[in-house]
Amino acid sequence: MGLTLIEKILLKNSLSKRLDDFIYAKVDFCFGNDITAPLAVKQFERAGFKSVFDSRKIGFICDHFLPARDFKAANNVKVLKEFARKFKLKHFYDIDKCGVEHVFLPEIGLIKPVDLIIGADSHTCTYGALGAASFGVGSTDLAAVMKEGKCWLRVPETIKFVYEGKLPQWIGGKDLILHTIGKIGVDGALYKVMEFSGSVIKKLSMDDRFTMCNMAAEAGGKTAIIEPDEKTLSYLKAAGVNKRNIKLLTSDEDATYSKIININIENLKPQIACPHLPSNVKSVDKLKKIKVDQVVIGSCTNGRLSDLAVAAKLLKGEKVKKGLRAIVIPATPKIYAQAYQKGYLNIFQEAGYIISPPTCGPCLGGHCGILDKGEVALATTNRNFTGRMGSPQSFVYLCGPAVAAASSITGRISHPEEVT
Amino acid sequence: MIIKGKAYKFGDNINTDDIIPAKYLDSQDPSFLGSKCMENIYHEFAKTIEKGDIIVAGKNFGCGSSREHAPWAIKGCGVALVIAVSFARIFYRNAINLGLPILVSKEAAKIKEQDRLEVDLVGGLITDTSLGKNFRSEAFPDFMQEIIKKGGLINWVKTKKEG
Repeated sequence: MGLTLIEKILLKNSLSKRLDDFIYAKVDFCFGNDITAPLAVKQFERAGFKSVFDSRKIGFICDHFLPARDFKAANNVKVLKEFARKFKLKHFYDIDKCGVEHVFLPEIGLIKPVDLIIGADSHTCTYGALGAASFGVGSTDLAAVMKEGKCWLRVPETIKFVYEGKLPQWIGGKDLILHTIGKIGVDGALYKVMEFSGSVIKKLSMDDRFTMCNMAAEAGGKTAIIEPDEKTLSYLKAAGVNKRNIKLLTSDEDATYSKIININIENLKPQIACPHLPSNVKSVDKLKKIKVDQVVIGSCTNGRLSDLAVAAKLLKGEKVKKGLRAIVIPATPKIYAQAYQKGYLNIFQEAGYIISPPTCGPCLGGHCGILDKGEVALATTNRNFTGRMGSPQSFVYLCGPAVAAASSITGRISHPEEVT
Repeated sequence: MIIKGKAYKFGDNINTDDIIPAKYLDSQDPSFLGSKCMENIYHEFAKTIEKGDIIVAGKNFGCGSSREHAPWAIKGCGVALVIAVSFARIFYRNAINLGLPILVSKEAAKIKEQDRLEVDLVGGLITDTSLGKNFRSEAFPDFMQEIIKKGGLINWVKTKKEG
């Protein structure tokens, strides 16, 4: 009987060389950020560990509450910097060098197909877009991996999602994944891997694939994965990954899936997740009366260059609606520079957007755009739980960059067609 | 081990932003995190509960972010056990890794707010003394029982190495 792509990677890394219900597996790269890694360091020290498994395979990526919003945030970076120095970690990055972790790590070529990646952050599943097996864990898990280079994993079942049909205009990876989460619910893929496939995925850009895999967490998924292809290879080449280090695997034709879900996207309209669950998804045309106080374009879900390009195209020569606050957050310093060179930042600025430095910022209610009681945000981020972006009495709607940009012009949730 | 406490009921999809709002994640202090536990959805929760009380929730408890601050907050405010119809995966592994007792039980949905519970963790039997009923929970797989018996992941890793 054949194996799925995820099963093949887990088998390759399983120390017992078997795929039992649980495996203890070799880890190719592990990392944490400025909120999860300090707790991992604490656990590491409390355990009395004196060494790390490989100083080249551990990353600290400081992105959540940075540039430091207060003393505590600054101290957490200092704790990580000192640990990195003590154990000679190769991959310590402060916010000015990295930006948002899940955009940055692939960008610098640290993630490649068939790798087993462990990250102390739930959106670690993003790297499935490169054909890696990547799993989000907690801080104690990260502490143990930093010491041992190994991690316990339950071998998951896989749900195959097959997307077919012609991709309508204005529809991107965000609409596909929101539509999917709306269909299966926030626990629809609990403990399972979401394998995205079909002709639509093959045509989808890498940025859109990252967006889709990123939000597997919002369906309860253990991770997501897409079989690597020519697009993956050219992305890896641009990221400086040596061709000799790239292995390509695919799911076998007779692999076992717990379910196969076919989705036709021919008539799909832009999708919005309404408060307070990512599965509370409606088409944009059902929400046209919703007034918006704040628009946020950014995050590990939609802060990539093509997201900014889509928004800039709509915003060119337009103005943000009076009374609305619009924030754009290029996800990494590199994307910031590219957006500058391509003139996107100029367009945002002239339209009336605030251009934030790379950070997770408002996505998790950290800083740079916190909502007050009663305020409504429309954001290209990934979660809209109660109080996610500030006050427990505020409201977050999730969407793709085109709807976010269009709505910032009209002041209410709008289809991009309304402003073109 | 027997845990005795009152039940505090929560619904489905209680997420980690509900359990501990992100703004507090710069702390690693369990008692501070505990004082903010459930703040956004049950403002006085940390002040209301007594040490040893039990959270009884619906499906997908702990969904959302990977923040281990969530199980630390629950431990930190004095909750002795979380019973849920199902758990989100990272919360589940964090609880096992930290040694926060959790039980998966579909039958536990019948438990009412403030019911007195007596729970035999080893046997997985939940006795609701207010209702006079017993509820079963799912047994943990052998692999996880090994980690639970060692008192969490760090001890498991340490003894694995020595053994």
